[in-house]
Amino acid sequence: MSVSTAIARETLLDTPGLSEGHLTQVMDRLLSRQVDAADIYFQYGRLESWVLEDGIIKEGSHSIEQGAGLRAISGEKTGFAYTDSLELPRLLDAAGAARAIAQAGQNGARALPAPAAATQLYAPINPLDSLDELQKIDLMRRADAAARSADARVQQVIVTLVAAHDVILVMDNSGRIAGDVRPLVRMNVQVIVEQGGKREQGSAGGGARQALDFFIDDDRALGYAREAVRQALVNLDAAPAPAGLLPVVLGPGWPGVLLHEAVGHGLEGDFNRKGTSAFTGRIGEQVASTLCTVVDDGTLPGRRGSLTIDDEGTPSGNNVLIENGILKGYMQDTMNARLMGVAPTGNGRRESYAHLPMPRMTNTYMLPGQHKPDEIIASVKHGLYAVNFGGGQVDITSGKFVFSANEAYLIENGKVTRPVKGATLIGNGPEAMTRISMVGDDLALDSGVGTCGKEGQSVPVGVGQPTLKIDQLTVGGTAA
Amino acid sequence: MSHPEQIARLQQVVEDLLREARQQGADAAEAGVSTQTGLSVTVRLGETETIEHTSDNGLGITVYFGQRKGSANTTDLRPEAIRESVAAACRIAKYTSEDPAAGLADPALMARDVPDLDLFHPWDLSADEAAQIALRCEEAARGFDPRIANSEGATLYTQRSGFIYGNSHGFVGGYPTTRHSLSCAVIAEQGDEMQRDYWYDSSRMPGELASAEAIGRTAAQRTVARLNGRKLGTRECPVLFRADVAPSLLRSLFGAIRGHAVYRKSTFLLDQIGVQIFPDWVSITENPLLPRAAASAPFDNEGVATAYRELVAGGVLQGYLLDSYAARKLGMQSTGSAGGVRNARIASSGQSFDELVREMDHGVVVTELMGQGTNLVTGDYSRGAAGFWVEGGEIKYPVEEITVAANLRDMFRQLVAVGSDDDIPGSIKTGSWLFERMTVAGD
Repeated sequence: MSVSTAIARETLLDTPGLSEGHLTQVMDRLLSRQVDAADIYFQYGRLESWVLEDGIIKEGSHSIEQGAGLRAISGEKTGFAYTDSLELPRLLDAAGAARAIAQAGQNGARALPAPAAATQLYAPINPLDSLDELQKIDLMRRADAAARSADARVQQVIVTLVAAHDVILVMDNSGRIAGDVRPLVRMNVQVIVEQGGKREQGSAGGGARQALDFFIDDDRALGYAREAVRQALVNLDAAPAPAGLLPVVLGPGWPGVLLHEAVGHGLEGDFNRKGTSAFTGRIGEQVASTLCTVVDDGTLPGRRGSLTIDDEGTPSGNNVLIENGILKGYMQDTMNARLMGVAPTGNGRRESYAHLPMPRMTNTYMLPGQHKPDEIIASVKHGLYAVNFGGGQVDITSGKFVFSANEAYLIENGKVTRPVKGATLIGNGPEAMTRISMVGDDLALDSGVGTCGKEGQSVPVGVGQPTLKIDQLTVGGTAA
Repeated sequence: MSHPEQIARLQQVVEDLLREARQQGADAAEAGVSTQTGLSVTVRLGETETIEHTSDNGLGITVYFGQRKGSANTTDLRPEAIRESVAAACRIAKYTSEDPAAGLADPALMARDVPDLDLFHPWDLSADEAAQIALRCEEAARGFDPRIANSEGATLYTQRSGFIYGNSHGFVGGYPTTRHSLSCAVIAEQGDEMQRDYWYDSSRMPGELASAEAIGRTAAQRTVARLNGRKLGTRECPVLFRADVAPSLLRSLFGAIRGHAVYRKSTFLLDQIGVQIFPDWVSITENPLLPRAAASAPFDNEGVATAYRELVAGGVLQGYLLDSYAARKLGMQSTGSAGGVRNARIASSGQSFDELVREMDHGVVVTELMGQGTNLVTGDYSRGAAGFWVEGGEIKYPVEEITVAANLRDMFRQLVAVGSDDDIPGSIKTGSWLFERMTVAGD
């Protein structure tokens, strides 16, 4: 039994007084109809957040999220109920409600246990305690001071610091019990700068499945402060962005949100099982230029999007989605994998015990290519160089995706010239991927800031890519 | 189950919490407790797909030691979790700074009575009955047109909630609410092309929900209408935001006049009270006391009495959206806006949707917006869009993969008309918005 599973058992079973016999009783209730699969998911969550604003520690907040979610699956049907109490009678009630999806009759199958040898990708720590309160406050104050001393035009600084401690335990109908202890920390610096009555904002931050020391190491917190100020000042000087079809060079790292939107969501197993994705039925086909190899990799140690096991107990994987432009596979949870006759890929994730799992991304990125970033920019006569983005969105079915730049520059005659205002870029996923004509050798992952929303559920994710060029993409500026 | 009787139990929880906070040394405290139960049934391709029983509790407490503040919340309402939360809030308050603006709302502003806004109309529905309604909805959508080839399903969701808020001024108030919704999303196929769209309705009272068949048909109609979408050449032209996407423009306005954005000077509408920000025919109001409406509330999240209010009159901004914190930061008074705008409405300039299409003559009707390209600090606006191309005052064909861009300050000032077609679900009542000129980027 892994250290994480031992901690999870103690927190979620021993403390509330649940024995294995109790769990078997609840599982038997879930399986007392024609159920193909079932699971019980226990969660203990604590989160603490602090806000510095106007140079003072303005707010702090502590959150408890705790409960169990019970699921019964029969064919394509799912019954689900959850409870915020870990007492046996409430668990049995929830099991009774969840199994109602299935026909009465013979009892559900007990599956053979699946192997669950997962490599621990982060230490099973409680990051809320990883610094004491005075150290947390000092860290935030230093980031505030770094932002204010970076430039006299800084008017407002907001620093947030968040630490989350999640302990989960999942038991499935094979009797397998797997647990995970998931630390997650996040820090952000947001600034407003003003010059001659004109105001702009900048924001930078990072995060990881680590202790809060992460932000002290390598002076990361101070780096966020300086980066937020730099971005805001660039935007003070920005001219209106161009409008129309242009070559677009995307910088390394966070601009990988392109991949998350343009292909990632469309390769989630649920949409493909239902035939509602623009990528449905296209495995083995060319869906991107031959320069593109895209993976979803939940196994990177300590990354924000990484998971030792997913929320169904499956070890996460390094899954190749697209290899040299050819579509290789989808991301799966257990239900969609079973219905599509493939293996689960460790992508079954849920926001909390009160949500159903579904196929979700972990860390999605493109592998590096051959070109130097300079060569890529030099190859563009007139285009856009976008290095920082806000969020994005995709219509899975039509393949249309958008993502909004918040730091971009014009490329004129092979040189990066003036900054332009943020603009939304829009394209069609498969088309845009086919138009990737140069891929840099400078793969970078984002700094640990991503949160992905799907059907109302948020989960932490990572993205990354090398510098790359898309031959044409619609840029939604205002300058003709 | 959340029944009016349960409100009494929640009230006890809140009073216990406030007492516990005082015992731990807090000078002032406020607490809110909510509970919700619901049933969500999704059908897809004629079969029940998921049955979800929802049941959520939440408790939040904020304590004040002088001008220092600490907060905590929990989904676990057992006494030990409540004690842990109060202790955590008190511990945090030891480390936060003295903040002159921190504190409860002004006691003089507390709601004196809590009017019954008729928000509780439970729907006693079994999972089977819910599935039957959802099935009728999806069937109406799938039967609407042979090109409806696939479905994401139809979902019926019904929930009942209870909520109590109290603070150490002695204010305690709460009320039960219900919400019921029915939605449907389908996929149309033609050749290699696939398009998806949806429709929904939601209401406080089961009987006020649009019929399952009508929702299904509208979902199908919207989906089929997107087939054969074309791109547009990049241009400047008139743009009409159809009523179902127009609420997002009002939400941008509300984001820009939020007190927190104003005191942080992070809004393009800084210092604009009393200034003409829309043409003189524009009137925007909120009415939190509307019976049975989606966002009705007799008091805000700090116990402040809510009231009918003009936000924009004669095109002139009348005030900000202030909770007590932002109000104190700005030297103003709370407007009962903790928790947001409730039941906003923009008055129509009189034209129907068809009249607006004729009036614009040519341009883009936007029926879908994508992405987050709204910068409230500068007003810069650039969104992904889909819709229809209009020429000669008539809708000609669907368009997609375009962006619409401008600055919100200019857009608001140059608003041409707001339609009378405000029959849309949700808490914001608006018709379609016509703008004379935006940059439309395509190929």
